[in-house]
Amino acid sequence: MFGISIARITAVFLKELIQMRRDRLTFGMIIGIPVIQLVLFGFAINSDPKHLPAALNVQDPSVYSRTLVRALENSGYFRIDHIISNEREAESLLAEGRVAFVVTVPPEFSRELARGDRPQILIEADASDPSAAANAIAAISQLPATVFNRDFTGALAPLRGTPPPFEVVVHRRYNPEGVSAFNVVPGLIGVILTMTMVLITALAVTREVERGTMENLLAMPLQPFEVMAGKILPYIFVGYIQVTVVIVAALLLFGVPMLGSYFDLSVALAAFIAANLAVGFTISTVASNQLQAMQMTFFFFLPSILLSGFMFPFRGMPDWAQWIGEVLPNTHFMRIVRGVMLKGNTLPQMFDDLWPLLAFMLAMMAIALMRYRRTLD
Amino acid sequence: MSEALAIDVRDLTKSFGTRKVVDNFSIQVPRGQVWGFLGPNGSGKTTTIRMLCGLLVPDSGSGTCLGYDILRESAAIKRNVGYMTQKFSFYEDLSIRENLDFVARIYDVKDRRKVVDQAIEQLGLVRRQQQLAGTLSGGWKQRLALAACILHRPRLLLLDEPTAGVDPQARRDFWDEIHQLAAQGLTVLVSTHYMDEAERCDRIVYLAYGTVLARGTVAQVIGESGLHTWIVEGEDVRALAADMHNVPGIDQVSVFGVTLHVSGKDAAALERAIAPFRTRAGFKWQKATPSLEDVFIHLMAPFREQTS
Repeated sequence: MFGISIARITAVFLKELIQMRRDRLTFGMIIGIPVIQLVLFGFAINSDPKHLPAALNVQDPSVYSRTLVRALENSGYFRIDHIISNEREAESLLAEGRVAFVVTVPPEFSRELARGDRPQILIEADASDPSAAANAIAAISQLPATVFNRDFTGALAPLRGTPPPFEVVVHRRYNPEGVSAFNVVPGLIGVILTMTMVLITALAVTREVERGTMENLLAMPLQPFEVMAGKILPYIFVGYIQVTVVIVAALLLFGVPMLGSYFDLSVALAAFIAANLAVGFTISTVASNQLQAMQMTFFFFLPSILLSGFMFPFRGMPDWAQWIGEVLPNTHFMRIVRGVMLKGNTLPQMFDDLWPLLAFMLAMMAIALMRYRRTLD
Repeated sequence: MSEALAIDVRDLTKSFGTRKVVDNFSIQVPRGQVWGFLGPNGSGKTTTIRMLCGLLVPDSGSGTCLGYDILRESAAIKRNVGYMTQKFSFYEDLSIRENLDFVARIYDVKDRRKVVDQAIEQLGLVRRQQQLAGTLSGGWKQRLALAACILHRPRLLLLDEPTAGVDPQARRDFWDEIHQLAAQGLTVLVSTHYMDEAERCDRIVYLAYGTVLARGTVAQVIGESGLHTWIVEGEDVRALAADMHNVPGIDQVSVFGVTLHVSGKDAAALERAIAPFRTRAGFKWQKATPSLEDVFIHLMAPFREQTS
């Protein structure tokens, strides 16, 4: 035996316990992270989203279109938010992501139905997130066999039964083959940027405090804004380099299409990167050491991947989770980048997601500047 | 600039939580002088210096630094003051030149390149200018920090224990430099624990528990202490010191190698108290002026309880 001493192990054990208790934030993380993960994974995440917003493009108003609306809603997968009557409107609703589906009832539908010509109903699905649309599309295919049975009375009664009286044609828009990489890879840009941008700046100021250089920095004639701008700007370039790498890989390795313009994307990128850097800067004004800064970054990162629509369909989450998600910059950037790359969206179409991003950025910068200490008090 | 005082502050008070760290502190430092700031650890020296350069906001009190109000014009003070922190606070992962260049840019120094070149030359670091600051030894770090502090030609230098942990030669060089700067009209306030450094100051201020216990020239401080000291030389002064503990009339006994400093407040009582010991053989007794250190230890005596 080499003399293992219980007393010495106890000494180290007790010291660790005392240190753990002193480091409140780490202790909070030990309790907090499992709770957050439980809540997010257990309640917020639902890979079978229901009540997806849809538009009904009615070119032939009749009793059948009303029945169709009811039947779609009863399936649980659709919520008809818009009744429209032209193709252009349908297109922009889909592109801006306001609806996940457009159901088009063609002209002459009821007449052809009555004649037994088996007309077609067109369902255009936003397949930029293939998993979100899959179950809803499956549900639709059940419809034709039975949906109009109660409307087929009298002379139309023979239309009940096989073959179904009409056909459903599904167009998976933006990602016809349902390649999940088309959805995941652009989304990764947001995730990678959130992780690295927040962390880098969170460490930037904390490092000064930890190394004792902060005192010197404060003693010099520097304005808080000068420090913030000087510290944030280099990382904006870093962010652009990261994005370039991911996009090149997306195009070459994964064959993700780039339908929109790089300029439009870089405008949104600037806002998104700045928003994340402001979060990091705010963290660094709160954290007292680099470990705490990393823990807080993780705290921000977790909802940014789980509640942003990156990992799980956004519309599958309960309202409270969607509200949190709507605040997070990654949620909006995710929609913007998928919109630009897969749908070819342009700046005006991004507006709905661009302004929350800018609002978040400005609010975070204001908090960061207010929190930044001008003295050692 | 008309005003003759570089620092003129009155009744500065600062508390952290319930602990009063600086209590009604006032000093008036004339231009071009070197003032020493002394006192035990935690006596409020650093806090006072930080209040002077705008790093901390005093709870109460007022005053000016270089004619600028310390409460309202801290931006102007920062531009004209060089502050050297106790701990090396430049960037260890930047080279010597990069550190100096950074400071020069922040202070918007004219002819930046030339000024930085000169500073490196004066430091004698021309060949090592690309070396990372973190790899410098303690003494060189202090010299680099001082060079960085005076790069923007400040009119007031606040140095917080600039020579802690630096070897005697480097300390002497450092002080020669400070006196050169003072000769050029710079005012210097420097905190230190070294008595030899205190003796090189024009004036000293002794601070303990946030209050000034003594101030003036070294001779004044020693004179006003009212302390009387005998120096004993001999073989086994340690045993003698132990015997003299707790003898009424003897306030403090300290061993310095083969000599002993025996001090007391009351000259007559001290002489009576030491009389029995003077008969011991092998010791040479001599009346002397107390050293600055004797005086400071004496000043601290009433607080001894609090420190332990």
